[in-house]
Amino acid sequence: MTDEVRVYVEEAPGHRREVVAPTDMGLSLMEVLKASGYDIQATCGGMALCGTCHIEVLAGPALDEPSDEELYMLESLPVMSQGSRLSCQVRVTPRLDGLVLRLMPQQA
Amino acid sequence: MNSISTDICIIGAGPVGLFAVFEAGLLKLRCHVVDALPQVGGQLSEIYPKKPIYDIPGFPEVLAGDLVSNLMRQIEPFHPTFTLGERVERFAKLEDGSFQLFTTDGTEILCKAIAIAGGLGSFEPRKPAIENLENYESGKGVYYMVRDPETFRDKRLVIAGGGDSALDWTIFLADVAKEVTLVHRGTTFRGAADSAEKVKHLHDAGKVRLVLSSNVTHVHGPEQLEAVTITPNSGEPETLHVDSFIPLFGLTPKLGPIGEWGLELEDDAVKVNTVDYSTSEPGIFAIGDINTYPGKLKLILCGFHEAALMCQGAFKYINPDKKYVLKYTTVNGVPTL
Ligand SMILES: Cc1cc2nc3c(=O)[nH]c(=O)nc-3n(C[C@H](O)[C@H](O)[C@H](O)COP(=O)(O)OP(=O)(O)OC[C@H]3O[C@@H](n4cnc5c(N)ncnc54)[C@H](O)[C@@H]3O)c2cc1C
Ligand code: FES
Repeated sequence: MTDEVRVYVEEAPGHRREVVAPTDMGLSLMEVLKASGYDIQATCGGMALCGTCHIEVLAGPALDEPSDEELYMLESLPVMSQGSRLSCQVRVTPRLDGLVLRLMPQQA
Repeated sequence: MNSISTDICIIGAGPVGLFAVFEAGLLKLRCHVVDALPQVGGQLSEIYPKKPIYDIPGFPEVLAGDLVSNLMRQIEPFHPTFTLGERVERFAKLEDGSFQLFTTDGTEILCKAIAIAGGLGSFEPRKPAIENLENYESGKGVYYMVRDPETFRDKRLVIAGGGDSALDWTIFLADVAKEVTLVHRGTTFRGAADSAEKVKHLHDAGKVRLVLSSNVTHVHGPEQLEAVTITPNSGEPETLHVDSFIPLFGLTPKLGPIGEWGLELEDDAVKVNTVDYSTSEPGIFAIGDINTYPGKLKLILCGFHEAALMCQGAFKYINPDKKYVLKYTTVNGVPTL
């Protein structure tokens, strides 16, 4: 059992930055990414209401299925892909180790 | 050109801007309120109208939408005027210290003081990534909001989106437009089940066309929009002759033009003096989520407090020779203008 996971943010094609996140603080991925200096607005503070924390999961472990609220918000955004998630709805747990993601543009 | 003259122009019709109308009214100052959104209420109406709020004094619990309606009732006696659906772009200071403001749609507002209550910035539509889309904005066939449904009378429309507003406007415009096609990237509609059901009925009755698992990918026409291409996730693209395309993918706040007004800023927020919430430009004040000062809390309650103090400062700026004597509303009742 580890109390840290490593997730990888693809900042440009082929360029990945490692982000180390604690698993014992009940954080969401949005909070970790914001704390790591990524420009995420997270206007609604993590309530699946604003869609400004949109990420795309590129590879790594399978995550829990998104809730209806999360899917509703994702469906109302202009771009959505198979790996689309709201990072505020993804809890940082040991299962996340090795996840590769990228931030989705706010206004494509 | 539409021209308005008032004492204070309030930029932003969020809770803080609305309450500032009340505080200004107590000082017998007239207000005009401008908001980029077609409705009042700021974040409360746009992001969380159905969420309960627990930290408004005197209301153990109130829905955000109801708080906005109550604020509107509270300011009624002061007859504020509104310009909704237009963003304030720029200002000019006149020789006598008053201001001229201009909106995106060319409305001009003459005022003696400006109160910026712009919150997180103006809410702007999320635009899909379609090449040349911007060429058809400004009345040439692409609309990101429905301001006046009559614009679409007897027109052929394509609406894109999978949220409530795409569903609601599809239902409403089915009776107004000549032809409505709703294009949705997915296969299901979450949102209000009732609206999704209605759209399905309209589709079954042949009143609207529903194109699922597809995206609008191209727009065409030399000047005015004439056609759009709809590309399915798998299969052949289809080009459809249309008069208007309405992408409805929600709104997102952007600090926008206020960030370029030369006011002193810190982390995208306007720096203020907490004596009266004045900015670095005399006569321009900033209240609510848009300002910053040591100890700032982005709460409605704090914005209300700031509005009260700001109006004292604006009163002094507008009437440098008059002395204002604080009276409680319980002494005189709520004055009217
Ligand atoms: C999900 C969520 C829950 C919240 N819960 C609470 C809570 O329980 N209690 C609490 O106190 N606070 C809460 N808040 C915070 C609260 O919503 C804000 O503090 C409050 O909305 C700030 O009000 P405002 O009037 O300053 O700005 P806003 O509500 O952001 O309104 C600003 C308005 O200005 C307009 N605008 C900006 N620039 C321009 C321009 N150039 N031209 C024209 N219009 C412009 C915008 O379109 C917008 O409508 C919550 C926020 C969120 C997102
Ligand atoms: S922070 Fe608003 S949806 Fe995630």
